[in-house]
Amino acid sequence: MAFTLTVNGKPASVDVPADMPLLWVLRDVLSLKGTKFGCGIGQCGACTVHVNGRAVRSCQTMASAAANAQVTTIEGLSPTGTHPLQVAWQDLDVPQCGYCQAGQIMSAAALLASTPKPADADIDRAMNGNLCRCGTYLRIREAIHRAAGQVTRPVQTAQAQR
Amino acid sequence: MQTLTMNRRSFLRFSALTGGGLIAAAYLDPIADVFAQGPQAGPAPAFVANAFIKVSPDNVVTIISKNPEIGQGIKTALPMLIAEELEVPWDAIKIEQADLDQSKYGQQNAGGSTATPNNYDPLRKVGAALRLTFIKAAAETWGVPESECAAANARVAHRGSNRTLTYGQLTAKAAAMTPPALDSVPLKPQSDFKIVGQAKGGYDNRRIVTGQPTFGIDFTLPGMLYAVYEKSPVFGAKVQSANVAEVKAFPGVRHVLVVEGTTDTRGLMPGVAIVADSWWQAKTAREKLQVTWASHPTSEQSSEGFAARAQQISTQKPGFPLRVDGNVDQALTAPGVKIVEAAYAYPFISHSPLEPQNCTAHYQNGKMEIWAPTQTPQQGKQLVSSVLNIPMDNITLHIQRAGGGFGRRLTNDYMGEACAIAKEIGVPVKVLWTREDDMRHDHYRPGGFHFLKAGVDASGKVVAWRNHFVSYGENEKGIPGFANSANINGVEFPARFVPNFDFQTTLMPLGVPTGALRAPRSNAFSWVFQSFIDELAEAAGKDPLQFRLDMLAGEGMPEPAQGGDGFRSDRARAVLQAVRERSGWGTRQLPKGTALGVAFQYAHRGYFANVAEVSVDDQNRVRVRKVWVVGDIGSQIVNPSSAINQGQGAVVEGMSHLMNWEITIQGGRVVQSNFNQYQPTRLVQAPPEVDVFFLKTNNPPTGLGEPALPPTIPAIANAIAKITGKRFRSLPIAKHGFRWA
Repeated sequence: MAFTLTVNGKPASVDVPADMPLLWVLRDVLSLKGTKFGCGIGQCGACTVHVNGRAVRSCQTMASAAANAQVTTIEGLSPTGTHPLQVAWQDLDVPQCGYCQAGQIMSAAALLASTPKPADADIDRAMNGNLCRCGTYLRIREAIHRAAGQVTRPVQTAQAQR
Repeated sequence: MQTLTMNRRSFLRFSALTGGGLIAAAYLDPIADVFAQGPQAGPAPAFVANAFIKVSPDNVVTIISKNPEIGQGIKTALPMLIAEELEVPWDAIKIEQADLDQSKYGQQNAGGSTATPNNYDPLRKVGAALRLTFIKAAAETWGVPESECAAANARVAHRGSNRTLTYGQLTAKAAAMTPPALDSVPLKPQSDFKIVGQAKGGYDNRRIVTGQPTFGIDFTLPGMLYAVYEKSPVFGAKVQSANVAEVKAFPGVRHVLVVEGTTDTRGLMPGVAIVADSWWQAKTAREKLQVTWASHPTSEQSSEGFAARAQQISTQKPGFPLRVDGNVDQALTAPGVKIVEAAYAYPFISHSPLEPQNCTAHYQNGKMEIWAPTQTPQQGKQLVSSVLNIPMDNITLHIQRAGGGFGRRLTNDYMGEACAIAKEIGVPVKVLWTREDDMRHDHYRPGGFHFLKAGVDASGKVVAWRNHFVSYGENEKGIPGFANSANINGVEFPARFVPNFDFQTTLMPLGVPTGALRAPRSNAFSWVFQSFIDELAEAAGKDPLQFRLDMLAGEGMPEPAQGGDGFRSDRARAVLQAVRERSGWGTRQLPKGTALGVAFQYAHRGYFANVAEVSVDDQNRVRVRKVWVVGDIGSQIVNPSSAINQGQGAVVEGMSHLMNWEITIQGGRVVQSNFNQYQPTRLVQAPPEVDVFFLKTNNPPTGLGEPALPPTIPAIANAIAKITGKRFRSLPIAKHGFRWA
């Protein structure tokens, strides 16, 4: 099936099986490796991207459903890589292995777009579908608050540089 | 203070880089292992260069990071040690991942929390020696005494004349100089540290948060094909027949290969490879693959069967002793001694790193080139060499950042698969496992069974401790017959601290691949022993934290001449006392349904005591409110940000072990297949606060990727038992009706 979609603001034409998940269109057809494969059944959230502004699991989104859609991946979240979440993630040294973090950031970006000042309960709802096997959740929560310009209970991170 | 001495054979060698600049290669004897005990330490490994620093004429300092990065932060921490003494600002350092070359770099592993103890002194000396060389080169250039020169910010300055030269400008002269002897290079006092001990973000963080290709799964080559690899659900069964022609007709499929494989479950397992233009096409074709697997002797084994057999074994004479002191029977029958008896069991669990196993390989002209996320690259290369009959010299391995390790990537089975396919097809190929492949073909943390009986006397002292540990392996082979990672050291606490002690084991044959998982062995028995100690404290009518301190009073019996673990009770007492203070143990009024639980563990040379504040409601919903982690891993935390992160992550992982993680064997195969049946802790379940604190002690710095994990599990379990009044002696506790709030 041949169709076009917009990825990170640029039009892209692809010709792939209609049932190929968007995840593999992005990774293996369009060579955007930032979106990650973790489980293939929508359980881990590593493949989270935005389709028409909504956070979706790209492993559960068929290519055909992305036709003519606006898709944003971690590579396109900010042209300069300085989205407040990307800055906060580095300031708080969130990653350990780092594999889940693109999906975490994309879920968090959709949250902040709709809820600029999220309460902890908002974060629980938006982020609970994103697994972090290394267990960096305390820093993820804090980084979201920080990106939202909120001062919260200090989580022990010892502010990191670089 | 115990110090890690520099071997006299360690030295530095400089050479000029083509096009200008200098490369410093440090030839460091692999650590004279002060931790190894007795003759099993073995002969010293080969003597090789294992640290490289490049300085370019325009003053760019590049440090080669030799060890695999799996999320433990080593790519950042080891260069910090060099940069500290070299006097180069952290932001100016570039770090490059080394390829595998043990003839150049020495050991290149990620495992055992060994990188810090092995490199803390040696890498600082390397940085210091290079700094002193630049100072000498500058002094000679200016014709002034070295004592009037000092280095800072990657340049040397002459006091008095205000002249400065960058390291880059000094490379040509320095490259021709004789480096100072490493064993006599003075090191900065700790109080002068500017980089070590400061929180530094991970070097790859920017790549990670902007989605640049970073991990093994992201690596591609022009013309690369993709492969999936189907193995028998019963471990190691051979392919009898498969509908190869039918699968080959699917769109995009280029090759369908039946791989004979070997009988070694850590090597190349038999299977069918489907190679296609895209991974999705290969995976889609696999859904139509039909394989008849040969019958296999382990196809009847089951978790249920193992548990029943262990129960039977517990009533029989044990296979062989691990340690015996005094006379347990006599002590247990002494007047006034209270006896506590309990059977504990834990299941197999899977590592489940989030990045599924993968490897890219290209075979041409008799040479194999490999790109793989792995914790043991050298073993991977050896596997490929032996299974595919390729000389070691004809194999190149590029170490890729791994999306989690936890011990899974100590085994390189996926590398064997990629290379077996690459050798057949002669074009680049990436093997990528599905999550189901990963969960059903892991090298699992082995399950185990402990049948315990102990006695406390009228004063509350533990006078006797018996444990019949039923584990996996081959009895007749004795101690070396343990299945991988199913063993235990006989000196494990409370050995040496209970006068009458009887620790025996019996092994059951196993056909499930097993291996080390983060804090191997202690991640399981810490829960058993530290839970049982709480049961003894209750029988003694003592506070469980004070009860532990009492057990740890004194130095214990001497360590055995061979096979000791270096455990020191004073360090264990200190972390317990500190966590008592930090958590407000025994001093705070807690609401109904809330309690504190405590546990400690000595693992990988580190001492950790954790206290968990936990609530359980009337529907057995558990909330971990806060965990205090106190660790003693020596005199210096190299990177506090990473260290605290590891401590927080260890708590979150421990919660998964406690509540949900179980791999069940039925009909010789694994039941669970994905995260919906094997739930790691999620964000909403994570405690809102984890307080990580390191006691700085006058001991050599040691690693912390692992030792913070084990005590988390019993600390939470002990709090739950206190609240509910019931003790659950098998994991995971979801099986007993608990779930996270």
